[in-house]
Amino acid sequence: MTADAASPKADPAQTHLVGEFKHTSPLLACRFDPSGQFAFATAQDNTIQRWNIASGKATPLVGHDSWVRSALAFHPSGSTLYSGGYDGRVIWWDVTSEAPGPQRTIEAHRGWVRAVAVSPDGNLLATCGNDNLVKIWNAVDGTQVQECFGHANHVYNVAFHPDGRSLVSGDLKGVVRHWDLATGEQLRHLDAGSLWKYDEGFGADIGGVRAMAFSSDGGLLACGGISEVSNAFAGVGTPQVVVFDFAKGEKIQQLASQAKLKGPITGVKLHRDGFVIGAVGGGDGGHLLFWKTDQPNEFFHLKLPDVARDLDLHPDGLRLLTPHMDGMLRLWQMTAKAK
Amino acid sequence: MKCHYACQSPEHLFERRKFLGTVAGAAGLGTMSFPHLLGAAMPELNASQKHIIIVWLAGGLSQLESWDPKPKTDTGGPFRAIPTSVPGTHISELLPYTAKQMHHLSIVRSVNTKEDDHGKGHYCMTTGRRQEPVADYPHLGAVGAKVLAPETSPLPGHIHIARGGGGGTTNNAAFLGPKFASIMLGNGNPPQNTARQANLTEADDAKRNAFRMQVNNQFARRRRTAESDAFTSSFEQAQQLMERREVFDVSKEPAAELERYGTHEFGRHCLLARRLVEHGVSCVQVHHSNYDTHNENFDFHIEQLGEFDRTFATLVEDLVQRGLWKSTLLVVMSEFGRTPKINRNFGRDHWGSAWSVVLGGCGIQPGAVIGKTNDNGTAVADRQVDHGHLFHTYLRAVGVDSTAKFDAGGRSIPIADPAAEPIQELLS
Repeated sequence: MTADAASPKADPAQTHLVGEFKHTSPLLACRFDPSGQFAFATAQDNTIQRWNIASGKATPLVGHDSWVRSALAFHPSGSTLYSGGYDGRVIWWDVTSEAPGPQRTIEAHRGWVRAVAVSPDGNLLATCGNDNLVKIWNAVDGTQVQECFGHANHVYNVAFHPDGRSLVSGDLKGVVRHWDLATGEQLRHLDAGSLWKYDEGFGADIGGVRAMAFSSDGGLLACGGISEVSNAFAGVGTPQVVVFDFAKGEKIQQLASQAKLKGPITGVKLHRDGFVIGAVGGGDGGHLLFWKTDQPNEFFHLKLPDVARDLDLHPDGLRLLTPHMDGMLRLWQMTAKAK
Repeated sequence: MKCHYACQSPEHLFERRKFLGTVAGAAGLGTMSFPHLLGAAMPELNASQKHIIIVWLAGGLSQLESWDPKPKTDTGGPFRAIPTSVPGTHISELLPYTAKQMHHLSIVRSVNTKEDDHGKGHYCMTTGRRQEPVADYPHLGAVGAKVLAPETSPLPGHIHIARGGGGGTTNNAAFLGPKFASIMLGNGNPPQNTARQANLTEADDAKRNAFRMQVNNQFARRRRTAESDAFTSSFEQAQQLMERREVFDVSKEPAAELERYGTHEFGRHCLLARRLVEHGVSCVQVHHSNYDTHNENFDFHIEQLGEFDRTFATLVEDLVQRGLWKSTLLVVMSEFGRTPKINRNFGRDHWGSAWSVVLGGCGIQPGAVIGKTNDNGTAVADRQVDHGHLFHTYLRAVGVDSTAKFDAGGRSIPIADPAAEPIQELLS
């Protein structure tokens, strides 16, 4: 495959497909490595696949005993990939190797690991999962540093604040907790409860903070998921991103789909140019939505060939990655097509 | 089919002794007797009375996330299989408590009902027949109430416990008549209107009932019908229910029991089921909702089976420890299973082609696994059975001749589908 030459300014309205990488199993989550040369995706066959973006060469990473649905993060150096599985394990991978294998494995959580994140300085690893816990680990040797108690439900996501002093976690009921890294104590909580519903007919909770991201300056926090669920059986609800002014702890916008799409936000990114990107899965297929934070509806909407199950933004700020159920990892470019 | 009046001839209404005697003789179980009435406060269990408890997992439990896991296959999903108390038998890691009770239970892994519709699947599984436009068949609980419940039982023979709803009956007894239709205990509450009105004294209430019976008897002498019988029976049953209202009150159980079963709705409902069986109710169905997971099947099975597992395992353990296991058939069923293929919403859809039912207790071989599916669960690979075979098996397990027939208004109707037969190797 080939990628278009990068141009300095992203233009979401020009977003177009520039590459596809095929795997034999449906894909789940994706990440670019910090160098931007490799694309990684996890799959329903319990593997992680690494593709060289330039050559298209694929390399499997085998070690988990279950899915890595969304828990995938890189050390800032790009040398180590951390993956958290539904087997409760977190694995360190030396991704500089030709054939990466597990370097270190820890039994991190009782039940699924839902998300992992690495601190900006690369010293700490945060994990969260179905034991309702957020845990902080030494990112080098895997020893536990902190355990954060407070969530009463499965913890779906975790993210370090860019200042490196605190982190946030979001759970099934849209409760976002802000933790002090030094003490492990909760500083405050934010309300993204619009991303959750208890369905009486179904007898179960539906929702959760399915996607979470800070802006690069740490001023905004975006939490994505499904809202206004009318049919929990089929997952019929609308995609929504809740944007907080993080310093004030105030919700400043609920980003919705003007097209009234049905399905959850499966990935969210805050672009350095000030817009928000959301990937959508679910009943209406796959979509990319682009919003400005002062407008509730998207300014651009791109229909994808299949449901998108995650989203990542290339370090160049111009390319996007989406993993799909059809086994395709798709690479998108937010610039005009090359002539 | 309309329920016609049953005349006084001994041949008319189907006699439970006919059912039971046949099988008892054949199985060498000896003569069955019927229990005396059981007191409400301190039940004295009669080992010869048989019971059926159905745990109905509404919407369609995924066999792959429960009784027939296929980890590391294209259909297996994210969960692993764990060993059970039966060497060589593995079930989903979502059922760790149940895994420890599997030596009491058996799994039928080769159910193919060829039915993917909720209503039709429900009908198949609860009646043992496919729905027909010209015939209606009774629910297993109604059949059980008819043939297992003592005539003089002070309590209804067929009770369903579910979220919501009132205390009324459901029309699920077909030609057996409304007497055997299920009484719904909505939210596990006692049947509606079973408390005497506060402004009515006991003496006045007795006078009122005496007058009602006098008028009723006059009417019955000339115009008696099956419906009027059911009406009379309902009144009498209601009176007896009022006297035994506390049977339906799980708060009478020690706090430790409530804790063991789980303080959630399903926990209370299963404890109530045990309590009802202990007090002589023949057939109880407990609903747990909902497993219709077209979306996020795995998240929802964690949530639902997280409630189910410990509660169900506690129920099994209790029935064994309290000496009820040999007289109580326990069945876990749904209207169908769920598709091996994982859809784009991480869901699984309706699937009647290759799924599982679990049962144990009265008349059932413990620790057995009947049949199997292929490597990724997309088809039955061995010993295919359907709802008809299962229905025969349930009846045979509780000592009922499943080849016998009901007489409904002069029509002879097989108690179970004559085209099917019991799963013999599952019977003890």
